[in-house]
Amino acid sequence: MSPEQTSLAFRENSVRALEDAALRAAMKQAADTFGTKRADAFAPVADLEALRDRASDIREEVLANLTMYVDRFVASATHAGAVVHRANDAAAARELIRKILADRGARRIVKGKSMVSEEVDLNSHLEAAGMEVVETDLGEYIIQMEGETPSHIIVPAIHKNRRQVGKLFADRLGVPYSDDPQVLTKIARKALREKFLTADAGISGANFAAADTGSLVLLTNEGNGRMVTTVPPLHVAILSIEKMLPSLTDLPAFLRLLPRSATGQTITSYVSVITGPRKAGDATGAKELHIVLLDNGRTEINAGESRGILKCIRCGACMNVCPVYRTVGGHAYGWTYPGPMGMILTTLLTGMAKSHPLVDASTVCGACVEVCPVRVPLVDLILELRRRKVREGFSDPKEKRGMALFGKAAASPLLFALGQRLAGLLWPVVRSMGGKDVAGRMPAPAKTPLRRKLP
Amino acid sequence: MRVLLFGTCLVDTFFPEAGEATVRLLRRFGAEPVFPRGQTCCGQPAFNAGYEAQARAAAEHFLWEFDGDAPIVTPSGSCAAMVKHHYPWLFRDDPKRLAQAKRAGERIHELTQFLVHVAKAHEAGLRGRGTVTYHSSCHLTRSLGVREEPLTLLSSLKGGTFVPMPDAARCCGFGGTFMAKLPEISCALADEKAASIEATGADTVTGCDSGCLMNIADAMRRRGTKIRVAHIAQLLAEGL
Repeated sequence: MSPEQTSLAFRENSVRALEDAALRAAMKQAADTFGTKRADAFAPVADLEALRDRASDIREEVLANLTMYVDRFVASATHAGAVVHRANDAAAARELIRKILADRGARRIVKGKSMVSEEVDLNSHLEAAGMEVVETDLGEYIIQMEGETPSHIIVPAIHKNRRQVGKLFADRLGVPYSDDPQVLTKIARKALREKFLTADAGISGANFAAADTGSLVLLTNEGNGRMVTTVPPLHVAILSIEKMLPSLTDLPAFLRLLPRSATGQTITSYVSVITGPRKAGDATGAKELHIVLLDNGRTEINAGESRGILKCIRCGACMNVCPVYRTVGGHAYGWTYPGPMGMILTTLLTGMAKSHPLVDASTVCGACVEVCPVRVPLVDLILELRRRKVREGFSDPKEKRGMALFGKAAASPLLFALGQRLAGLLWPVVRSMGGKDVAGRMPAPAKTPLRRKLP
Repeated sequence: MRVLLFGTCLVDTFFPEAGEATVRLLRRFGAEPVFPRGQTCCGQPAFNAGYEAQARAAAEHFLWEFDGDAPIVTPSGSCAAMVKHHYPWLFRDDPKRLAQAKRAGERIHELTQFLVHVAKAHEAGLRGRGTVTYHSSCHLTRSLGVREEPLTLLSSLKGGTFVPMPDAARCCGFGGTFMAKLPEISCALADEKAASIEATGADTVTGCDSGCLMNIADAMRRRGTKIRVAHIAQLLAEGL
């Protein structure tokens, strides 16, 4: 699946989503469930604020010395027996991975959930090279079958209800229709089990990378992550450079924060720490481990005003509480990452020219800031991008003229009072001309404004 | 005590009755509100849309109009938050104005903050009537941290009933220019908010920010719901 980016059509996308009753019902229910579970999971954590501070500090330390930590990771992982590759952009990452697989004659690939692999559009590239790529995370499995992309970074099929999944499985797998999640999961497990056992290679992402030990850390729930990374003889992991932690000893803080923020679990079913390939005497593990570190613009982001977004640990809590995301879903954002963290990352990674409507896709209500476990200043970052949009000339010319006038009126009481009177006089005209959307939802200005009512 | 009243551009232009109610409340509790004649807007529309220069022009003018030591009171959480949290950033390279902005941030009170912490209005036995529910505006709640004050005031009213609204602090979809840029989403959010309000069975919904209340009132109109939408200043002043 290699969809074109449609972020420029955010408004049109969202209008379509608003008309999709099934999507809206699924989103609302899922977002509410995750919101409640998150709150319940954190309720007994007495030191939550201190924990968030600590996690935030660690992430900031990483970003302040990113090159050093990446170099340290490369050295440690290499020492542990992994082969580490650096990819400057998406094309380089895709090609690196294709070559690693092709050189070893790998044709059947099983894949664990990885948003970075979505970012570089890995699957279609490998499929074009004649490889079979099977997504093994249940949600990813569903949307791969449907030919869709994830609409949430940790719950990729959040936009679908179980009846839709039941129908999809019946149509595509020839199984009897069921909308019982347990039955559907069993069907997927059976189909996937065979894929695991016959796969030539497994591809995974990583939640964290420990610079001191060269370890990859994966938090998963379905067991598929462990299968992907240990059953096939070859394991290729793709991750972006900012996933570093200075040390494996920093992990516990994130283990307490990430699952609670993401799914409301106190811990995920599996926590895998992978340090190098299988060694003599190891019971499991891939014989060969390749790690692809993706930059794709992050070094540049890290040097600029939007660095804060790189603190993100991809829990998805910001989208679950975002009024816009929970109303229109993830596909409306038109690229890999949706919601508050996604609108920021998309704008930075793909450029303002391809994504500028996204920076307005927020009421800046601050609900995201309230839940972010690592204190990413999401609202400040959105406001910064809005300033950039204006600076780089992507704002609507009408808005620009209006704001120029606003600046003058706000600095001049005479002009302001005049504007107030004019607005009152011209309101019917404004309402009848294009101002319908806004003016139609506002009352007419008062006959006598406050300034003329008070002594 | 002399206090400077910042009406806000929305109240001044569209909802003067909320401003007049604010004046009545302040006077009742011994404050002497003065309305600086040259006041305009805090600059938030420009600031939130990315127009830094225009926001700074508005902020400079505000600091000029509201110079001095007297407390500033405003019937808006989001305008108070703008002054308190964003003015210092706007003047980060201008030490003189930065100091002035920080002082203004310390002097400014959202109305319910002033009524509870300074005027102790919740101990005055104000009268209430009917059933009232409350929308907790985003910037008031999360940026300014005003969560309890409006509830303290509303539940202190004698004779009325206060019913909390589920997800009271969920955004109503106003968002300033958001309302104009993405009207379909804005209306969908307002509808969700209106449904929460209707579910409480209240006959009146109140809040501390006219922008949100305007958006909620519009949703009520669209849905044909006969629930009164009134600024908290009006409800409290009616009980004097």
